[in-house]
Amino acid sequence: MSGAPIHIVLSMADWCSLFGHYLMLSLLSVGGAISTSTEMHRYLVVEHHWLTPAQFNDAMAIAQAAPGPNVLFVALMGWNVGLNAGSYGAAFAGVAVTMLGIMLPSTTLTYLAARWAQRNRDRLGVRAFKQGMAPVVVGLVVSVGIILGSAQGAAANSPLWPLWLLSAVAGLLVWRTRVHLLWLLAAGALLGWFQLL
Amino acid sequence: MTTATAPPRPHPASLSDLFMAFTLLALQGFGGVLAVVQREMVERKRWLTQEEFLEDWAVAQIMPGPNVCNIALMIGDRYFGLRGALTALAGMLAVPLLLILCLAVLHSHYAHHPGVEGALRGMAAVAAGMIAATGVKLAAALRTHPLPWWQSGAAAVLCVVGVVVFKLPLIWVLLLLGGVCVTLTWRVLKARQP
Repeated sequence: MSGAPIHIVLSMADWCSLFGHYLMLSLLSVGGAISTSTEMHRYLVVEHHWLTPAQFNDAMAIAQAAPGPNVLFVALMGWNVGLNAGSYGAAFAGVAVTMLGIMLPSTTLTYLAARWAQRNRDRLGVRAFKQGMAPVVVGLVVSVGIILGSAQGAAANSPLWPLWLLSAVAGLLVWRTRVHLLWLLAAGALLGWFQLL
Repeated sequence: MTTATAPPRPHPASLSDLFMAFTLLALQGFGGVLAVVQREMVERKRWLTQEEFLEDWAVAQIMPGPNVCNIALMIGDRYFGLRGALTALAGMLAVPLLLILCLAVLHSHYAHHPGVEGALRGMAAVAAGMIAATGVKLAAALRTHPLPWWQSGAAAVLCVVGVVVFKLPLIWVLLLLGGVCVTLTWRVLKARQP
C-alpha cells in the first residue's frame, strides 16, 4: 500500500493494548494462529478501526499465497496498522509487536511441554497420548487438504472441476512419486497464468 | 518412540545447517508448510521417522501456536537444546517474513493482473492436493499403531467427517475423539506391560 487508506493515531497505551491482545490470542491459538483470525478481525477492524476490511482481507490473501508459515498474516496486519499510523518506522514496530505477541506465549508453552514429554517419554501416559492422537492427526491433515480444496474460487466464468482435477493429480503425484513439490507448484502457477483453470 | 538405543541416523550438522534447512523448507511452503515439513524431515533428510513425525505433530497440534513453528521448535530442541529451538524457529520465520513484507508492497500493483490471479489459483489447488496426500502418506504409519487397524482407521475417518462435513470446532475434535483414542491406546499399552 503506498498511501494508507486511513490515518490513525496510536498512543503508547494503544500499542500496549495491541501487544496484550496478541499475547492473549496466542494462548487461544490451538490449531494455529489462523483459528483466532475472526477475533483479530473483531478487535482490529470492528472495535478499534485500526485496519480497513480490505486491508484485513488482503493480509489474509497475501499470507495464503506467499511461501512460509500462515502465521505471517499476523505480521502483515501489524505492518498495515503501523502504516495507517503514519510511517514505515511504525510499520516495523507493528510487525514486532504483533509477531512477538502471537509467538511468545505459545512458543514458551510448547517448548516446556515438548521438553517435559521428551524427558518422560517412557511414561505410559505420555506414550498413550502421543501414539493415541496419531489417528486424529492423520484425519486432521487430510481435512485441512479438503477444506483448502473446497475454499478455492474459480475465475468468474470458468467451472470449478479443473481446479479439483489439478488438486487430485497433485495429490496423487505427491503420494505415489518423489517429484519435487516446487515443480508441482510451478506447474499449477503456469496453468493458472495461462487461464487454463 | 521406537527404541531408546537407535542406530546412528542422519541429523543436522550444525546450527547453521538447521537454520538453512528450515529456511529452505519454509520458502517451499506455498499455501502451508505442513506438506513440505513431512517431505523434507522424513523423506529427504530422514531426521525423523514417519512415526516420530506423527507423535511430534500430535504435540505441535494440541499446543497453542502455529503447528509448523511448534514442530520446528521441537526438532531444533532435540538436537541443540534451546539454541537449536530458537534457530529452527528463526529459520522458519525470518526470510519468509522479509519476503512477505516485500510482497505486501508489490501487492497493490499486481493483485488484479489476471495472470497473477490465475497463478495463485493454480498454486492453491496444488497446495490443497499436496496436504491431503501428506495425510494419506501419514496414514501408512498407522499400520504400526498399538490399536487394531480398523479402530485407528475409523478414528481418522470420523475425524475427517466431523471436521469437513459437520464443521465441528477443532477443540472438540481434539478433546472428544482424541480423548477416546488416547484412552483406548492407554489400555492396549497397559495390557502389554509386564
